[in-house]
Amino acid sequence: MADVILSGVTKAFGKTQALKDVSMSIPDGAFVVLLGPTGAGKTTTLRLISGLETLDAGDISIGGRRVNDETPAQRDVAMVFQQYSLYPHMSVRDNLAFPLRSPILQTPEDEIARKVEAIAQTLQIPHKLGNKATELSGGEMQRVSIGRALVRDPAIFLMDEPLSSLDAKLRADLRIELKRIQSDLGATLLYVTHDQVEAMTMATHVGVLQDGHLVQFGTPREIYQNPSSLYVASRLGLPRMNVLPSALFGGDHKGPQMGLRPENIIEGGGVEAQVIRAEHLGDQTRLHLTLAGHAITTIAAEGRTYAQNSTIRIQPKDPLYFDAQGARIA
Amino acid sequence: MAEIVIKNVRKEFGDFVAVRESSFTIEDGEFFMLLGPSGCGKTTTLRMIAGLELPTSGEIFLDGEEISQRPPSQRDIAFVFQMFALYPHMNVRRNMSYPLVSQGMPKTQVKAKVAEVARILGISDILDRPVGGLSGGDRQRVALGRAIVRDPKAFMMDEPLGALDAEFREHMAEELRALHDRMGATTVYVTHDQLEAMQMGDKIVVMNNAVVEQFGTPQQVYDTPATMFVAGFIGSPAMNFLTAAGGIQAGATEVNLQDHSLAVPQQHETSSQIVFGVRPENVSLTDAGGFRGKILATEYLGTTQVVTLETDAGPLKARIDAQQPAHVGETVGLRFKSETVTLFDQASGRALRSNLNEGVLANG
Repeated sequence: MADVILSGVTKAFGKTQALKDVSMSIPDGAFVVLLGPTGAGKTTTLRLISGLETLDAGDISIGGRRVNDETPAQRDVAMVFQQYSLYPHMSVRDNLAFPLRSPILQTPEDEIARKVEAIAQTLQIPHKLGNKATELSGGEMQRVSIGRALVRDPAIFLMDEPLSSLDAKLRADLRIELKRIQSDLGATLLYVTHDQVEAMTMATHVGVLQDGHLVQFGTPREIYQNPSSLYVASRLGLPRMNVLPSALFGGDHKGPQMGLRPENIIEGGGVEAQVIRAEHLGDQTRLHLTLAGHAITTIAAEGRTYAQNSTIRIQPKDPLYFDAQGARIA
Repeated sequence: MAEIVIKNVRKEFGDFVAVRESSFTIEDGEFFMLLGPSGCGKTTTLRMIAGLELPTSGEIFLDGEEISQRPPSQRDIAFVFQMFALYPHMNVRRNMSYPLVSQGMPKTQVKAKVAEVARILGISDILDRPVGGLSGGDRQRVALGRAIVRDPKAFMMDEPLGALDAEFREHMAEELRALHDRMGATTVYVTHDQLEAMQMGDKIVVMNNAVVEQFGTPQQVYDTPATMFVAGFIGSPAMNFLTAAGGIQAGATEVNLQDHSLAVPQQHETSSQIVFGVRPENVSLTDAGGFRGKILATEYLGTTQVVTLETDAGPLKARIDAQQPAHVGETVGLRFKSETVTLFDQASGRALRSNLNEGVLANG
């Protein structure tokens, strides 16, 4: 395993600037998640590190070695894609062994057998080794394709939304499993997703991308509690942060826009807001309000009922302030 | 608008039974969710209401009229599909006008109706644009508009947001619900996403293996699940199931879980082997407590965190405050909010009646 350093990485496709001057350091053994909407540059970053795309400017180094001019095979990275691509005519065992049988690696067969067995244990699929790849469920197939990356012991694992095609339950199970495997192996992992739950729960570090720029890099807690802009703030948190004109609640304020997490809107005292709808989600009740034409979402107090069009008083707690462009002030 | 009554409806495709005798009522103006995993029969049920499939047996009433064998054109129901199909060679206005023109409505009326619906949907400014260059959201709005202009008695929607990415789906879900609140039209909506169902629905039918497992408001289905399937399908993370040693007698208020006695709502039924069901947010970690678990993983979610534990009675997830310390490897005491606990009969998977759920399950 090794650390990976990006400095001034830039890439354009024709007129589209995919990445602009991105610098980032992925420490050895870290689980880094790149978060951003479609088109932010997440997948391009992965493809540049793996060598599937070439840089326009900047440097990439893996384990202290500059890899700009190396082929994907020389870089010693393993990639897992969203769509599991297994060899349908091969057994699970042969699918897992395939990367080790590459002429570059020259792995002896008894060692291949040992490694495949160990990975199958880790992924909890040892009883499926004899099956054909096509006889597996979707979740098992994705586990095998992750396993095919794991057998190689590469410098870094690159994963591009590997869980997004799975159903919710399996995704939740594999989230925990992947995190466990990563920390057991001490692997360095760069993971791309637009699912904020995956980013929050698995990452040691989250990098937020916006239009090809890396706008913030930090632990999930830092990103959630101390976002550098409205864009970052609105990437994390369910329901999303409320963005309101600071003047709405009167009193002193430190900037024109106020960011308020739903849990930081306190009922009782303050200004009057109208109830639009209460959503009972079981573990929480979300309250949709309107205040002077602005939609506000809060978490309702447990066990209370709210009539439509009734009014309640609300006040902000620990608001974050942003300037007119959305940059954080305080 | 319309009330829809489904009575003992069954559908077979050859030897395969897609829907077993199902009955429920969709009241006038309701936003009604058909929820379940793929293959459970929810889309078949929707298609039978719309007339795209004919039931093998049973009856469907639309405003008191039995319509189960009528063709779709005589049912006055609009259908919105997952893939919003628009006519690519027509502009937005002509796409939306099409259903009215083909009914033979006079031009001036068509124009007025399309303008009105476009205003409701907030797409007045794009009426003369070709549909080719529209964003996903606008395409979805145009597809909805085409369904709405006809003033149908009810709307059928088959995972209309399924193809959208998470962030946009959330936005469209709110928009759809707000639109429904303005128009008040009876809407039947198929989804496999439990959060979407909880968020948008007035009522939910949960289906599994061609059978209706439960029918009720989101809160009823969440707080008082009728079966282990419902309890496990709804909620994220789902309800925890712990294995109890042995059964329970009617009248009991305590249950034995691995030699620890835990309080439960007073039980009204007897079972020889039970499963103890508790939602993650109703589990708390304490220093004391006889029933203990070892922390395997913690997942930070901003306000809360989900802690995965191993206990003598099986794996368990707890949703606790993100500020509360929880370290992997530690063994901690566990406390359950006893009034929320549901016990299930292990053999049938059915919830046992208790003080908690008697009122809800008695009429289900």
